[in-house]
Amino acid sequence: MRFGVVRFPGSCDEVDALLACRRFGDADLLWHKDRDLDGVDAVVVPGGFSYGDYLRAGAIARFSPLMETVIEFAREGGPVLGICNGFQVLCEAGLLPGALLPNRSLRFVCRQVDVVVENPDTPFTRACARDQVLSVPVKHTTGRYYAPGVPEEQVVLRYAPGHNPNGAQDDIAGVCNAAGNVLGLMPHPEHAVDPLTGSADGGRLFESLARPEAAGSAGRAGFGIAPVA
Amino acid sequence: MRARVLIRPKQGILDPQGQAVEQALPALGFQGVHNVHVGRLIELDVEDPAQIPEMCERLLANPLIEDYEVVEAP
Repeated sequence: MRFGVVRFPGSCDEVDALLACRRFGDADLLWHKDRDLDGVDAVVVPGGFSYGDYLRAGAIARFSPLMETVIEFAREGGPVLGICNGFQVLCEAGLLPGALLPNRSLRFVCRQVDVVVENPDTPFTRACARDQVLSVPVKHTTGRYYAPGVPEEQVVLRYAPGHNPNGAQDDIAGVCNAAGNVLGLMPHPEHAVDPLTGSADGGRLFESLARPEAAGSAGRAGFGIAPVA
Repeated sequence: MRARVLIRPKQGILDPQGQAVEQALPALGFQGVHNVHVGRLIELDVEDPAQIPEMCERLLANPLIEDYEVVEAP
């Protein structure tokens, strides 16, 4: 499995995402001005402030040359993971339903939250069990997910009761497209891949993508167990 | 044409910025202010004003969460 991690001007989590991917497979950065995905098997659109978040978060990044190719890749069934700003970009690109609004509190939130795996039958969560709780950080100002009528089966991750940091509709933390090959989430799994930083739970998403055979392995891949590089 | 595109949160969508401003005004002694919403204003010179709605739909606004209105700038 070879991951491609997109780098826009204003990205800031692409290196953590790259290192997270490399724990489970090969990974390289992709530059926003290129049009070629260089044959990668999966694309990660990372967090940050692409194009300065000008106009609306993700609105301008969505039209970058590379994103045009990523949109084609996703429409052909290629797996695409959008984290935080990447989630905003994928919503703006029309690859995911809904939009991200300013946090109800109007404040930047940065804290560890529990998210519940609602749907383990996606390429991103197959190393998890249904209802498994993952401890991952959030850090954002524009994370209030809004998607009237989003089908329940597309809700992949939900904030645990009392953990919704932004006022997101129905506590939705992560959502996939109808085909299941595009996932966007506000929490940052790439910042939770090593027990040194409090949790390795985020690694399950990268492991799911990298190792299809990891299905049902949630029992051995629990909190605090460092994945093999 | 010099155009102004006024963009505001769609009705029914929680607008915490508008609420914060609405709550701040009485604190300064301004009474009787209701339904405050905060949006943004984009000014642009365009050769073909007929293109503005498509610009709004595709980039300037997000039609899922925002309404827009185009007016001619004085």
